[in-house]
Amino acid sequence: MTTSLTTFSLSYSWADYRLALPMLLLTVFALGILMIDLMLPAHWKRLNAITALIGVAFSSVAVVKLHLAYHAAEKQGIAVAAFSGFMGSLVVDRFAIYFFYLFLMGAGVAILMSMRYLEIEHENHGEFYALMLLSVVGMMCMAAGYDIVLIFIGLELMAISTYVLVGFLRRDKRSNEAALKYLLLGAFSSGIFAYGLSLFYGLTGSTNLGQIAQKLQEVIATRPNDPVVIFALLATTTGLLFKIAAVPFHQWAPDAYEGAPTSITGFMSVAVKSAGWAMLLRIFLFGLYPLRSMYVPLLIFVAIATMTGGNLAAITQDNLKRLLAYSSIAHVGYMLLGLIASDGQTNSTGIMAIMIYLLVYTFMNLGAFAVITSLRRRNIIGDTVDDIAGLYFKAPTEAILMLIFLLSLAGIPPLAGFWGKYFIFLSLIETGHYTLASIGVLYSVVGLYYYMRIANSMLMRQPIDAEPVHTRPAMRLALTITAVGTVVIGLFPNFFINVTNWSLGLVQGTQHMAGMLR
Amino acid sequence: MTEITTMHYLVVAAALFIIGTIGVLTRRNVVIILMSIELILNAVNLNLVAFSRLWGLHGQVFAIFVITDAAAEAAVGLGIIIAFFRNKETVNVDEVDLLKW
Repeated sequence: MTTSLTTFSLSYSWADYRLALPMLLLTVFALGILMIDLMLPAHWKRLNAITALIGVAFSSVAVVKLHLAYHAAEKQGIAVAAFSGFMGSLVVDRFAIYFFYLFLMGAGVAILMSMRYLEIEHENHGEFYALMLLSVVGMMCMAAGYDIVLIFIGLELMAISTYVLVGFLRRDKRSNEAALKYLLLGAFSSGIFAYGLSLFYGLTGSTNLGQIAQKLQEVIATRPNDPVVIFALLATTTGLLFKIAAVPFHQWAPDAYEGAPTSITGFMSVAVKSAGWAMLLRIFLFGLYPLRSMYVPLLIFVAIATMTGGNLAAITQDNLKRLLAYSSIAHVGYMLLGLIASDGQTNSTGIMAIMIYLLVYTFMNLGAFAVITSLRRRNIIGDTVDDIAGLYFKAPTEAILMLIFLLSLAGIPPLAGFWGKYFIFLSLIETGHYTLASIGVLYSVVGLYYYMRIANSMLMRQPIDAEPVHTRPAMRLALTITAVGTVVIGLFPNFFINVTNWSLGLVQGTQHMAGMLR
Repeated sequence: MTEITTMHYLVVAAALFIIGTIGVLTRRNVVIILMSIELILNAVNLNLVAFSRLWGLHGQVFAIFVITDAAAEAAVGLGIIIAFFRNKETVNVDEVDLLKW
């Protein structure tokens, strides 16, 4: 007892706070927005969004500096030791840095999308942006956490902020209802997840993922098929699958996506989902790696169910946000295939495929939601397939951008979405999972149908309302960033593939995830 | 009198967890569902504190964080329920029916 007390007090230093700087900056800006908001007159509320963007920019600079410092430390061979802080609970390795960039990108674009939208909804309050920044802090804790306490607290910080954001349109019944459902199911799944974590703590005596992996190895060597291990794994897996919205734990997603403010739907579908994936990969590939032979069969079942449920339910949807929610569930199914194929030790193509999938998904899905957000006008909610009818005749630019995003989501080359799917299927073929690869390809074809249904409505039908579509500069910037990302990654994938390989520590020709703590 | 061992605490925690889960799945009042979720989190706390008898302080620190999280979740949860009640005049989950399929 006394030894653990002394280590607690001795091992903090200022160097630890350098690692947490991106999060600390975001927290400072979030609190700053809350205070500045009180002093702003109603017509100056746009300043909140600008403050939030400055916060994201500052945090990005901090991440870039960490990135460069990490490079330098790696040359001396001291990177992993130098970049884990707070007694090994925070590890800013390549994997974490990659996800930091993704989260900040997603948050930045979502803030740009929100500016006009909140004015139309008459809910332009500073708390909106503060909560968004705080949820990014939570996501960063999830991606860089190497201790189940920090990962759990990060998860809850993100989740609680998002519950409020989903219900931000206080006077809208759909928003209330979405927040209520998301809250109940989210809190329930967090409880189950925490219960699983507490059992793993009991089994291994540690909260550190590395030590948990070591002890678990011994535990399953002496007691294979221990019921407590199996139950702990089931509870933890349920929590993780809930957060990424995999079938059969997906029912909250369509409801929360439909009811939430559209810009938050976009934010949730990319940043919150990436954070869920970062946490899932950390836990499955590091802490619970010794149990891989137990969780893979489970994941195969879930992946097939997710692709089936997501794709088939999306076919019948008339609400665009709900349709894209089901399509994002289907995308999670494809990504799970990558985790089934690769374990990060003998083969890493699947893990790399998941990372690049998340990158392209951030651009294309956020772009699709940006177009839907721009359809919100006075008295028109603009989120059904009928609302987008004839968009080409009213706003050709938006319609063509939407077409690009939809084709990319469907995985048509040469757009970015193709590369995500390509590497997933490549990893399945490399590891001999031919049946799963064929199921995945077949469901991609189903996907094409419902994406083209939107395109058909947009290009072939006559407009139903005469209300013109105006986009503000902020929205135009958001559309430009996402469209350029989608096209450039599609046309010049090499650079981005190298970045992804770097984030996993993959050197050309080897399959191991080097440079990562294990 | 038999001595109370760690195992006894774990059985109580497991019972709390099961009661909480059944509560979430069967009750219709949102406030009671929220209370059932608190039960699950308390099962987690009991687990952690019981295990920290064996393994040292980490479990108790984790338990304090879980308590804090439960408080935050309850605050936000009740806030959302009030916002919902203002628009809909009900806290029964059977009547939460605008968004489906």
